[in-house]
Amino acid sequence: MMRPRSLAPIALLRHRPAVPVISALALGAAVLLPFVVSDYRAFEVTQVIIQAIALLGLNLLTGYNGQISLGHGAFYATGAYTAAILMSRFDVAYWLTLPCAAVVCLGVGFSFGWPALRLESSYLALATFALGVSMPQVLKYKHLAPWTGGVQGLTLDKPEAPWGLPISPDQWLYFFCLAIMVVLFACARTFLRGHAGLSVQAIREHPVAAAAVGIDVPMYKALTFGISAMYAGIAGALSAMSVQFVSPDSFAALLSVTFLVGIVVGGLSSVSGAIYGSIFIQFAPKVASDVSKAAPGVVYGLVLLGSVYLMPLGIAGGLKRLAELVRERARGMSRKRRRSHV
Amino acid sequence: METLLRQVLSGLATGAIYASLALALVMIYQTTHLVNFAQGELATCSAYVASSLIAAGLPYWIAFAATIVLSFAAGVAIERLAIRPVTGGPILSVVIVFIGLMLILNSLTGWIFGYTIRPFPSPFPEKPLFGNTYIGTHELGVIAVTSVVLLLLYGFIRYTSLGLALRAVAASSESSRLVGIRTEWMLGLGWGLAAAIGAVAGIMIAPILFLDPHMMSGVLLYAFAAALVGGIDSPGGAVLGGLLVGVVENVVGAYLIGTELKLTVALMLIIGVLLIRPAGLFGKVVVARV
Repeated sequence: MMRPRSLAPIALLRHRPAVPVISALALGAAVLLPFVVSDYRAFEVTQVIIQAIALLGLNLLTGYNGQISLGHGAFYATGAYTAAILMSRFDVAYWLTLPCAAVVCLGVGFSFGWPALRLESSYLALATFALGVSMPQVLKYKHLAPWTGGVQGLTLDKPEAPWGLPISPDQWLYFFCLAIMVVLFACARTFLRGHAGLSVQAIREHPVAAAAVGIDVPMYKALTFGISAMYAGIAGALSAMSVQFVSPDSFAALLSVTFLVGIVVGGLSSVSGAIYGSIFIQFAPKVASDVSKAAPGVVYGLVLLGSVYLMPLGIAGGLKRLAELVRERARGMSRKRRRSHV
Repeated sequence: METLLRQVLSGLATGAIYASLALALVMIYQTTHLVNFAQGELATCSAYVASSLIAAGLPYWIAFAATIVLSFAAGVAIERLAIRPVTGGPILSVVIVFIGLMLILNSLTGWIFGYTIRPFPSPFPEKPLFGNTYIGTHELGVIAVTSVVLLLLYGFIRYTSLGLALRAVAASSESSRLVGIRTEWMLGLGWGLAAAIGAVAGIMIAPILFLDPHMMSGVLLYAFAAALVGGIDSPGGAVLGGLLVGVVENVVGAYLIGTELKLTVALMLIIGVLLIRPAGLFGKVVVARV
């Protein structure tokens, strides 16, 4: 099975030479970015990073496990409020609130996912939609107001750069979020390639067959729900830090729908798709709302329909197709050249 | 005691509306095993159309009938244009199409008719009927109108050959195609009927909630909770579930938690039913075969 050691990297290069190179270049550009653009732009890109984490979480659930959620805004809100309450009421350090938000959302997601297992896909979508719609009401509830701040929400301080680093808070938060995103994306990739990840995908393909080969279907589905909610929660906590404000109306039902738009446009069952989708949901509404207040909804809707009919694998799928075409073209050319030599 | 009775009665009125929407959901579910997310938005859109027709000077009931016909046509058109291309594909793409339709309809409604909240006329007199103090005339009218709609629908599905064909497609699409039923048109018919029922629900609830583009998003959730309580695949259960949810919502809202958590009641109902009795009150327990 083992290839001679010296040949392995060459074989790898021949297969997909572009991927590691492009990833390294992208990461390099991402590290340089905040020094080139203004603080406001850095803030915007930070939002892209944060949403990408949430989208990856939703994609684990919807793209890889086949469970549709229209309520991930609720988990995002849970994470954001966990961080905000810990920071403003208990003076917990901002970086310490992340693991707290992660654990809380893992628990909440798992305990919502367990009963929701009984639901077939479209009913699951409706039940999660109910969760997304009722979340703002719960956050506004007057008996919770001493904690959540009620309708006004909570205002937070922006974390300063540590160790006397000579960068602005916006730049620091950008790097903080970027590092967490890289870690979480690497975790997701490892998870998906491992035994558990393959089980999760087998359940999407054929739940009965998956159960027949000994996969604990309910456990894995509920666990995926929990992990997915955890990603959304971490993203929510990061967003609370970077926006420095949480309020019930920032987590309206439309947020969950926006996340779904993001993963569909970016590419279902694709880790990198989360980034493309996040870029889309960050910038498309701004462009569209110049036309009319209603335009973002129409654009989202049309793009959703368009992706389903024309590009079911989203931007990530489209790029992959393109890369394959280019590679095939190149291979065809080299073959032709060889033939002309003969 | 008197207030309780009043709450129960007005709960029955909103419950009648939930019942009709729940029935629309169940009808689509029976024929296609899909849940139409755009149902609420479609109903809101219908209510706006009715409002414009009335504003243009048509008598109320003519506008009512015209809206129902238009909604039926819109339902059939949506099935043929948007849903047909994705049927048979993965369920995720169908749900995404529904969400897309929901967003488009919602935004278009806001774009065309504006986001300001509008009153909607009620066809019923304002004076309480028979001098009673328990229930408003509009609420009585709502119960009457939805009862008529539900009876008509029941008669149509139970006693006409077209209704029989519709049920046949719901039971087994392939076999009904073999005996010569045009299944695609039956699906369109199901969609049209659901849209028409939704239109009635929208027009009836608009005087209570007032018209705005987001009017039905909560109502849809109640209808969904109602469908689950009654059993996803049972039309009779949907109606009973609707009435039950309407009453529970009103009573719990008035006595226990106040109006601000009303949607959470729907969520709790949904999760509660799923945990305790997933098939609902009248649903069949389905066992998947390999």
